[in-house]
Amino acid sequence: MNFKRYQRQTILKDFGAEAQHKLKDSSILVIGAGGLGIPALLYLNAMGVGTIGIVEQDIIEITNLQRQVLYTEKDLGRSKIEVVLERLRAQNSNTQFKTFDTFLTRHNALEIISQFDVIVDGSDNFPTRYLINDACVILKKPFVSGAIQGFEGQLSVFNYQGGPTYRCLFPNMPTQKEIPNCNENGVLGVIPGIVGNLQALEAVKIVAGIGEILNGKLLLFNGLNQSYQTITFSLQPGNLMLQELQKSYGAELCEATAGISVEEIAEKIKAGKALQIIDVRTVTEFESLSLPQVKAVNIPLDELKGRIQELDLQIPIYLLCQSGKRSAMAMGMLEEINNQLELYNIIGGVDRFLAHHKWN
Amino acid sequence: MTILLFGVTKDIIGSSTLSMPSSSEFGIKKTKTVKELKEYLGKMYPELKKLSSLAVAVNNSYANDDTIIDNFDEIALIPPVSGG
Repeated sequence: MNFKRYQRQTILKDFGAEAQHKLKDSSILVIGAGGLGIPALLYLNAMGVGTIGIVEQDIIEITNLQRQVLYTEKDLGRSKIEVVLERLRAQNSNTQFKTFDTFLTRHNALEIISQFDVIVDGSDNFPTRYLINDACVILKKPFVSGAIQGFEGQLSVFNYQGGPTYRCLFPNMPTQKEIPNCNENGVLGVIPGIVGNLQALEAVKIVAGIGEILNGKLLLFNGLNQSYQTITFSLQPGNLMLQELQKSYGAELCEATAGISVEEIAEKIKAGKALQIIDVRTVTEFESLSLPQVKAVNIPLDELKGRIQELDLQIPIYLLCQSGKRSAMAMGMLEEINNQLELYNIIGGVDRFLAHHKWN
Repeated sequence: MTILLFGVTKDIIGSSTLSMPSSSEFGIKKTKTVKELKEYLGKMYPELKKLSSLAVAVNNSYANDDTIIDNFDEIALIPPVSGG
């Protein structure tokens, strides 16, 4: 290990070469390379964490740039994981990277999370947050949770050495209707920068064995008055008893499940494959703007449950809507009815088709 | 009694803190519980009742429904937030 590189932290009496070695031998998984994940990744990588994992499947959009400061205008339309990997490799060539070009789902969560010592939750929706909690509890992994909304942030380390979990604080997953979620969630650009950096700090403290971990404590940050308030909470022992993941993490999904890009769909169609694509928009929306190349069948979201017999359940079902949100809800709905189905949410929906389609 | 509001509770109530007048508001004289406070706030702001997970802290500690509160306590309403 090149010690000179880390000299400014190894000269710290309470860190030293010993902690630096621990960092090098550690593996940290960052879920989501967005507003929280980016600052966390940049600092974990800079400080010398030996193995870094990244889970991400989004594409860089113009609305990301106000807070996801690693991406530039030139990166628009590229996959986040590809760009992040490029930059992090240039930043520190000693780091081992494990990338997962997927969203975290109940099918892959345990397999991915089991490969790391500490998990950093930088996801942007409740289903993924509850899934991470449950998977970490089952695998006995500590996870550093950060979440933001507006001018505020929340931070805590859950499931640390048998300590309290996310469900000890918030037992029930909110529905999408009650709390703003995903892209509708406004946030001042710098707020995730602050919270994501605090997550990197906690993750490094855990693996280096220094300081006091934010365990059993919830830090509330309010950017408008620069206040940090800490709430203590305790373990509800039943929450550590989880043996397996839930059958479904609900209909309130935001691309948290298996997604497929419009480019992949376009390629399949061009290759002459007949796909079962279900457009869950309303009849009016479907009639006023549909994509002739896509050959989707229109079954509006609120009729889907009643018309399930119109679907061929033996072959993959691709769900489409205007922006990818209702199709994600449709996916959750179908998953609840039958969790054996092969379902894909077309990320970004009709909007993305119009912006990115490459038909010829 | 001061109630600090976080996340969506701030939007529902329309400010970042809420001052509760006196204990007589609850129709009960001295001791009240978190449950009674929640019921009272739920009547005033029905949207709050729709939150399936709403943590309440009393003097910076997570409180259960039967936690006793008095006029000098600082309460915080903390819904989960999901943004990343």
